[in-house]
Order: sequence, then structure tokens, then C-alpha cells
Amino acid sequence: MSQARLVKIEKDILGYNDAYAAENRKLFADKGILALNLVSSPGSGKTTLLCRTVGDLKSRLAVAVIEGDQQTTFDADRIRATGVPALQVNTGKGCHLDAHMIGHAVGKLGVADDSVLFVENVGNLVCPAGFDLGEAAKVVILSVTEGEDKPLKYPDMFAAAELMILNKVDLLPHLSFDVDRCVRYARKINPAIRLIELSATTGQGLDAWYGWIDEKRQAVLSDRALALETKLAAVRRTLAEGA
Amino acid sequence: MHEMALTEGILRLLEEQATTQRFHHVRTVWLEIGELSTVDPEALRFCFEAIRSGTVAEGAALEIIRTPGQAYCMDCANAVHVGQRYDPCPDCGGDSLQVTGGDEMRVKEVEVE
Repeated sequence: MSQARLVKIEKDILGYNDAYAAENRKLFADKGILALNLVSSPGSGKTTLLCRTVGDLKSRLAVAVIEGDQQTTFDADRIRATGVPALQVNTGKGCHLDAHMIGHAVGKLGVADDSVLFVENVGNLVCPAGFDLGEAAKVVILSVTEGEDKPLKYPDMFAAAELMILNKVDLLPHLSFDVDRCVRYARKINPAIRLIELSATTGQGLDAWYGWIDEKRQAVLSDRALALETKLAAVRRTLAEGA
Repeated sequence: MHEMALTEGILRLLEEQATTQRFHHVRTVWLEIGELSTVDPEALRFCFEAIRSGTVAEGAALEIIRTPGQAYCMDCANAVHVGQRYDPCPDCGGDSLQVTGGDEMRVKEVEVE
């Protein structure tokens, strides 16, 4: 007869994912990569916004895209048609991307130093909220053809996001979507969430979105510059001592 | 259905711990699942019962401890209890709440042999 005993574990269930996310985050910091995790429900216009965004940004900075979907390579094909490197990750039965998949995808894609990496998550406002990919920020995209109460219906996602993009605002004249109410609901869940209203089709509001990306990129690049300067100073010191 | 991915995470953790803490079978697992976490306890229980066989937790019981959602109200500067992320402050009715606890998902303890 074996003796039963109690063993303390005290470990996070998502610990394995978080460990991979920490590795990704370190890699992104070392290489000066701004990684953004784009989340939304299916049909919010994520891929259209992304195609437009990478098309507009690629002339002035290096961009790469990881596309997550259960099946097909349609989205990665659309991105590659803009001339930007893209890799499709199919989750099969899975409903979200995890940090391990992203680590592999980044290795395979060969993301350039000081670039912007967009990760388009599986269209799902539930599961991707819980999985840290090592990104700098989650960006939640909500289109005005959806319900304005989605922030309350899917609070975890709006709590996890730093920025909310309200897409397809060119359609507002034809809809009864109440922007103020939607923003009020989002801030109820996350008082600090930033908001950008835009239309990926007409281009309205895109400058604010690019401005936000530049702001985040500045932060990543200044951290990298600081790290490199510290490293350089250490090497110079070693050199001076040895000389 | 990310409860399945989470359950796989629990079993992976138990398999690792079986090696490091030297046990061969788990009788009971105690989880701490916060009220504000992204998981439904009943779905987790369903998944656990579906995939525990063939692992160190074969036939194991699952005990789920719900930890309360906690928030700080920026309007009235009180620490308050919230059952859901969109609950208003129970003291002042304000909406400016910052969640401070109750979103954890942890394996707390196991009874093993």
C-alpha cells in the first residue's frame, strides 16, 4: 500500500505559455521588434486593415506578419500579395495562437531587426485574451457593423487590450451603432484603453493608427538604443583596460 | 474552447511535478480559479474528466477553489469585491475600477501517492 501525501504546487496553469511568451518578449527587445497582437471577432476587417497598413508602412519601415486561422492560407496570401513577408499558422482545432507557435513562426519567418511584427490572431473575442504571445500590446478591433455592447459581452479581451480600433466608421451613417455608448462600455471594462476610429476602406483615421504605431515603436527603439549603448560602453571599457 | 488547452497545461504541470516531486499517481488536484479569470470552471471540469486517463491524474478528483474578484475603485479609493469585470463599484456605483486580484488560474496543491 502506498502512502498518500499532500504536495504544494502553487504554479500558474498558463505558466508553460508564459515562459514561451517571456522568451519571445526578450527576443523582440533584443532585436528592436515591435510586436502587436491584433484580436477581434471574425469579420471585423482585421485582414483588410492589415493589408492597407503594411502597404502604407512598408516603404518607410520593415514589417512582417504572422497570420493565425484554424484553416487555409488565404490571409497570408493576401498579405504576401502586398510584398510583405507573411507566415500562416493554422491552429487546426485550436481557437487561439499561443506563445510557442509564435516563437516557431518568428524563427521561420526571419523577422528583421527594428521592424514591426503584426500578429493577426484567430478571429475570436474569447480565448486569445488569456494567451500572452510576448507582444508589446494587444489591439482589439471592433467594427461598427457589430454590436456596440461587445465590450461588455467579451470583457476579458477589452480588459487585456491597450488600444481599441473602431473600424468601418464610413458605414456609420447607415447604421444605428452608438459610438459613445460603445466607448463608454469599453472604458467601463478598461478605463485606460485608447481609442482610434478609422475606416480601412476609405483611409479615414489611418494617420492616428500609424501615429500610435510610431509612438510604440519609438519606445521599443529607445530601449534597444539604451541596451546597445550599455553594451558598447562595456566593450569600450574592456578594450581600454586591456590596452 | 481554450479550457482544453488549459487542461492540457494542468496535466503537463502534473506530469512534470510527478518527476521532480517523486509521485506516481495523483488522487486529488486543487485548483485556484479566480472569479475574474478567463475560464469557466464547469468546462474545465468536463475537459479534465475527458482527458485525464492515461496520465498521472487518471481517475483523479478535481477540486476548484473560487477566489473572489478584487478591484480598487479610483472614484472612492476603496478596495472592493467585484463578481464580474463590468460590475460597478458596490460602494459608490462608479465605473473606474482597476482589477487587483481574482484573475488567477493556479494549480495549488495535489494529494498524491
